[in-house]
Amino acid sequence: MRVPPLDLKPPSHAIEVATLGMTMRFGSFTALNDVSIRIAAGSFHVLLGENGAGKSTFVKCMMGFYRPTAGQMMVEGREVEVPDPRAAHDLGLGMVYQHFTLVPSLTAAENLVISRNDVPARIQWDRERADLAAFMKKMPFTVPLDVPVGRLAAGEKQKLELLKQLYLGRRFLILDEPTSVLTPAEADELLGMVRGLTTSGELTCLMISHKFREVTAFADEVSVLRRGEHVGGGKVSELSTADMAAMMIGEKELVRPAARVAVNGQTVLAVSGAKPPDRSGLKMIDIADLRVKAGEIVGIAGISGNGQMELMEILSGQRPLEQGTVQVCGTPFKATRGEARKFNVRYLPEEPLRNACSPKMSVAENIFFRDFDFADGKPKFWLDSRRMAEQAARLVGEYKVKTASLATPIAALSGGNVQRAVLAREFNGKVDLLLIANPCFGLDFSAVAEIRARIMAARNAGAAVLLISEDLDEILELSDRILVMSEGSIVFETPAASADIGEIGKHMAGHH
Amino acid sequence: MTDDIGLWGVPLAILGGAIRVSTPFIFVSVGECLTERSGRINLGLEGTLVFGAMSGYAVAYHTGSPWLGTLAAAFAGLLFGLLHGFICKLPRVNDIAIGIALMIFGTGLAFFFGKPYVQPVAPDLPAIPLGFWSSLPQVQAALNMNVLFIAGIALAFAASWMLKNTRVGLTIRVVGDSADAARALGINVNRVRLWSTAAGGALAGIGGAYLSLYYPGSWNEGISSGQGLMAVALVIFARWSPVNCLYASLLFGGAGALGPALQSVGVTSGYYLFYAAPYVLTLGLLVATSSRTRAMPSAPGELSIIK
Repeated sequence: MRVPPLDLKPPSHAIEVATLGMTMRFGSFTALNDVSIRIAAGSFHVLLGENGAGKSTFVKCMMGFYRPTAGQMMVEGREVEVPDPRAAHDLGLGMVYQHFTLVPSLTAAENLVISRNDVPARIQWDRERADLAAFMKKMPFTVPLDVPVGRLAAGEKQKLELLKQLYLGRRFLILDEPTSVLTPAEADELLGMVRGLTTSGELTCLMISHKFREVTAFADEVSVLRRGEHVGGGKVSELSTADMAAMMIGEKELVRPAARVAVNGQTVLAVSGAKPPDRSGLKMIDIADLRVKAGEIVGIAGISGNGQMELMEILSGQRPLEQGTVQVCGTPFKATRGEARKFNVRYLPEEPLRNACSPKMSVAENIFFRDFDFADGKPKFWLDSRRMAEQAARLVGEYKVKTASLATPIAALSGGNVQRAVLAREFNGKVDLLLIANPCFGLDFSAVAEIRARIMAARNAGAAVLLISEDLDEILELSDRILVMSEGSIVFETPAASADIGEIGKHMAGHH
Repeated sequence: MTDDIGLWGVPLAILGGAIRVSTPFIFVSVGECLTERSGRINLGLEGTLVFGAMSGYAVAYHTGSPWLGTLAAAFAGLLFGLLHGFICKLPRVNDIAIGIALMIFGTGLAFFFGKPYVQPVAPDLPAIPLGFWSSLPQVQAALNMNVLFIAGIALAFAASWMLKNTRVGLTIRVVGDSADAARALGINVNRVRLWSTAAGGALAGIGGAYLSLYYPGSWNEGISSGQGLMAVALVIFARWSPVNCLYASLLFGGAGALGPALQSVGVTSGYYLFYAAPYVLTLGLLVATSSRTRAMPSAPGELSIIK
């Protein structure tokens, strides 16, 4: 028999939520093993853990997306059943996902209204608008309500996700890496708001994060998951970041980026006066002058959607160049396969599974993409499967790609391993120019450290590296020179050694 | 004044054509617009249209009421839409392939059941003579508006209003733009698509009834000259807006009348070429308004053709 919920009205203040012995098995694989965590009412609790540590599984069990194999949820000290997300919502539990769940073509107002449970059959926009205005007055921040959400900046979208949860009367909020797409200033603003709501007792918050800076600045407590087990936690004030990192990774050693070797090389990549239209076709991208020398990493910082992807698309030949020139080693470069081979240009685009792989083809075939029709300086007609298997086996071993076999479709690999496989393919042989976009997006930090070390090693070996990234920490760690892109053009340049984060952030946000 | 109005006959014929020929386009494209806004493409509407024409004609013949015939056509279309929606719900099924199969199935089924109705004459749908003020027979003929044409105009505006101002409309848009977001909202994506496809099918059925019960006004196997397929293209051309679908249909209907109109004023060379005017026009407009590098901002995010 199902016990009916005790009161259907959402609670009016922050609530306490706890799990008891939460266990989740998928077949023989245990994703979550006996996890008991208590999140006090009005606290800001952070869930730390590497990729695959079971954080997502844990919160999905809490929200009713998964039915846990064993274990119990407690809300306000009462045992509750959460068979589906709707039941979780009725209890006042809500979640802000890593990817946006807003509908891009609907306006913010439409998104908010349709997310309610009691939408009337005919929506009276006058009344809804008045209600929304009244609601917005009570909130610490606002977003434009009448613009399609697809046109909002990432920071505004994330704020809207948060507003939506509050609009729906949620009192316990799970945030899944909410700041991964925000600038440091935006992230601080957003988390500051959440912090304010928790201290005033309106909200309890459980946040999944990789960023220690955010944990120490905003959270009260942490819980750490490793391989599905709750391995520790406690008050943030009593833990150092080293303690937390140790709990997260256990006894594994991180690869640190190799030391920087001073290389003073020739200009390899030169872009001047490039002016393609951007994705929406409404604005123009304008890259007046961009040069990358051999042996240097030029980092391009910027909030997503400010023209970085268009720049990458020009350089990788995915977007026609209407004006201006792209030159590699002094000759015009159109990103054909022949040119890329001749000048040893290699690409590491973002979302490698989509942009650099053929998902259903095998790991070996994907690793062989650069060489399948070319060997020893001559084009080949027949596919040499023995050479393919040998090369793939060697690279898979060298780059520690975890795969069931070489014949596994590459889509079956985890994100970090797809990136390692692409890295293996692109770094194989001599590299003179490396074009990289968001190489570590969504990877856990042992994979991140390894990939960054490889990039640094390529630089030290004399490659010119262009690194486009939305992760400012990554830019600061790797770059020799930092450029900031905003609204389609490069607005700021600074040597990394003397970079001022505040100033970079200001330019990223468009204040220049 | 004589009955000969010279070159004025051409624009008049185009206007008349727009009114007469566009109705099936309006119904099919507005219906397809609803289906596509929910994230699915139903290419089978050509089959639905032909089957609607047959069933509408048959029921009108047996009952003597063209309205019952139209209703029957809508019901038949609804069933076809439900069938499409239901099959697409199954895993690993492609909506375009199912659409093509249903197109052939619908046409074939209509020819099979429709054989006995090629000879008999069914009553026509009534028209409103809005050209009564003029003494010119050409004007009277051009402005003879069928009730379904007026209903089609109202339908396009109503659909547009519905997508903006009702729960159903917003739900359809959510499902069409992001299935994940819809699931997060607790919307049953498949059910919304099923009924959107069914509604699209019903409207296509009505479009078919117009063909057999008003213009050309008889049932035979060549009744549709690909209107069902062209209407699907019109939806893309109209950028998924029902009101734009209406305008596109009018444009298409008008262009279709260009050939006969020019012939009637004595332009005989390239006669068959003018019959291709609507197709050339659509092709030209599609090319002119498309772009290789720009995203189509109004396209529903879940459509399999743009994914």
